[in-house]
Amino acid sequence: MKLKSVILAGSAVALTATSALATDMTIVSWGGAYSASQNNAYHKPYMEANPDINIINDESSNEAVAKLRAMNEAGNITWDLVDVVASDAIRLCDEGLAMPIDADEVLAPAPNGTPASEDFGDLIVSECFIPQIVYSTTFGYRTDVAEWNGKTPEDICAVFDLETFPGKRALEKRPINNMEWALLCDGVAKEDVYNVLETEEGQAQAFAKLDTIKDQTIFWSAGAETPQLLADKEVVMGSTYNGRLFSLIAEEGQPVAMLWDAQVFDIDGWIVPEGLPEDRKAMVLDYLKFATDTQRLADQAKYISYGPARKSSAPLVGKHAELGIEMAPHMPTDPENAKNTFLYNYEWWADYRDDLDAKYQAWLSQ
Amino acid sequence: MFMSETAPEQLLTTHDGRSLKVSLARALRREKLRALFLIAPLLIFVLLTFVAPIADMLFRSVENGIVEDTLPQTVNALASWDSGSGELPGEPVYAALHSDLLVAVKEKTHTRLGSRLNYEQTGISSLFRKTGRRVKRMDDAAPFKEQFIAADDKWADLSTWQTLKQFSPRYTDGYFLAAVDAERGPDGIEMKPADEQVYIYLFGRTLLLSVAITISCLILGYPIAYLLAALPLRTSNLLMILVLLPFWTSLLVRTSAWKVLLQQQGVINDFLVWIGLISNANRLVMINNQTGTIIAMTHILLPFMILPLYSVMKTISPSYVRAAKSLGANDWTAFWRVYFPQSVPGIGAGAVLVFILAIGYYITPELVGGTSGIFISNRIAYHISSSLNWGLAAALGTMLLAAVMILFVVYDKIVGIDNVKLG
Repeated sequence: MKLKSVILAGSAVALTATSALATDMTIVSWGGAYSASQNNAYHKPYMEANPDINIINDESSNEAVAKLRAMNEAGNITWDLVDVVASDAIRLCDEGLAMPIDADEVLAPAPNGTPASEDFGDLIVSECFIPQIVYSTTFGYRTDVAEWNGKTPEDICAVFDLETFPGKRALEKRPINNMEWALLCDGVAKEDVYNVLETEEGQAQAFAKLDTIKDQTIFWSAGAETPQLLADKEVVMGSTYNGRLFSLIAEEGQPVAMLWDAQVFDIDGWIVPEGLPEDRKAMVLDYLKFATDTQRLADQAKYISYGPARKSSAPLVGKHAELGIEMAPHMPTDPENAKNTFLYNYEWWADYRDDLDAKYQAWLSQ
Repeated sequence: MFMSETAPEQLLTTHDGRSLKVSLARALRREKLRALFLIAPLLIFVLLTFVAPIADMLFRSVENGIVEDTLPQTVNALASWDSGSGELPGEPVYAALHSDLLVAVKEKTHTRLGSRLNYEQTGISSLFRKTGRRVKRMDDAAPFKEQFIAADDKWADLSTWQTLKQFSPRYTDGYFLAAVDAERGPDGIEMKPADEQVYIYLFGRTLLLSVAITISCLILGYPIAYLLAALPLRTSNLLMILVLLPFWTSLLVRTSAWKVLLQQQGVINDFLVWIGLISNANRLVMINNQTGTIIAMTHILLPFMILPLYSVMKTISPSYVRAAKSLGANDWTAFWRVYFPQSVPGIGAGAVLVFILAIGYYITPELVGGTSGIFISNRIAYHISSSLNWGLAAALGTMLLAAVMILFVVYDKIVGIDNVKLG
């Protein structure tokens, strides 16, 4: 009996002590090198400045939309802040699962006083979305393929050119980006791509183009697959996120190069779940103000090669924290890399995603 | 006969004068209640965490209250509109839509309805988002019909209204139709265009590959289980650890290991090229296709075949085979006529286990299946976690559940479920 009461009292003391020491804040992100960069640039300095807050990392961003919907239905929101891509943010905002945020009211202005909404500019693609980084989906290719006779791919259409550049390719297992690239390489002008893709004939045209390389393609579903396939010489070129290719090339020193052509820009950022209690909401907004200011966004670029979403952060981007190489030339936003980029149309895909995905899956399984 | 004849005159009673029958029934009931009480925690647990969520998920495959809940007046006004008339609905419908949307925009439910209806018709998602932004600025005095059409000309499109009307009832068969590649056209139910048909094909492939996986598990597992049961305990324990070892390894690790082994620049291909069996240009494609799925899944599910087989074979007394041999049977006859029939219950249990596990697998096919080796469960996972089309996911899941149950009944009819033994 005595032992039991001692244990009970002890655990009660321990519980009150921890709750008095720190409040937990659950931040959901993608895991891996990306979460590590956020941890270094945002979480650590924030927790140093606010010792009463303890940040918990949850690596569920790839299923965030479904989980947030389930939490909302159950009426129990356990997440405080969620890192999602822009298209998911639009979806969450549409479903009423994310909270609208007034950028100028909540976020810090740029050092020169420019309001946040202007500093982020067009990247605020949804009223619920606070942009964080700009990344791009682009191609990497092996530089040691003997069959290419010394030629190197210079534009996106090299992907569809099996004669000059034989070998296997890696493409994503979903229509987004692939359909656009197929049309671009089938003679459709950049500004017409979505108009053409709206029509049945345009879709058939894109699939016909993809058909020409289908049996030479390995389709991936996780961003880590392409770097692995490239390193294993399973494919000679493949699409993935530019940060993954950067670590393959710069950190692992593989004979792979980037193809900066018609890369598709996309944005990743934060959303705050709808329905948080007031005290947690206040805590999250305080963190958001800190983590999305000009210096913090520039700091993240020390750890991963994704471009900061604020215009005012770009001049502050420095060297990689461990490798010591200049990061600016590896950013998708660098003028040298962004000569010919492709803008991904969120609104369009929000409409056509269900339909085209069904067709794409049918095409894949044929 | 004796009891029923004597019962009316002379009831059997207990010592306190109550009828024995009543007393017995009471005692039995008490026993039953106690048993129920004992299993109650488990029963409640299973009901709450297993049966209720599954029932809820199955119900989603027909539930469609969102249209009526979001646009109650519009649905009401649309009831008198004939969708086959070829004419747009009249002003009252647009006026109802206006007042419904004002409420919906305030509660932010209009975009949710938009993404729901976008599953049925492309473009409705942005239609509701766009109209939601405009609806507050509409003029109450002017006719709404023109204002809506000015906001977005899809409101002048018959198909928008046909979709809205078709999906206005609280319950829909739309998800089940979509799950069998069909849709409701102007002339009733019809198949979708060929370039959108995928689910029936995937169901067929899932069943076929699951059967292939079950058979290869049986072919590989039977000799191992036989060896395990026949060897002396010390050696068989060691072998058993080897069987269980992969069981304790992470699924992802095992799947990745198969990638390293099977890929074109992988260990097996390198070896075959090295010994000169195949040329460097003709390396075998063994992964990112059906072969990859079958190999990796057979490996992962093999213990589920070996364990039931082993536990049944362990109970087969060696004296039967010895007796058969002493009566003149050769090795094969003794095995086939005496040993094998006794191991059939283990085959049944293993096959049912492996098949049912295989049919619902999705992680391994996703990783090693490429495009030709993925299962219907991969599409269910996609609709749950990515497209948020939970209704369609629920319909596909219900069909998968029904398929498994039908196969189970067929199995019961052919082999007999009593003939399944786990040990």
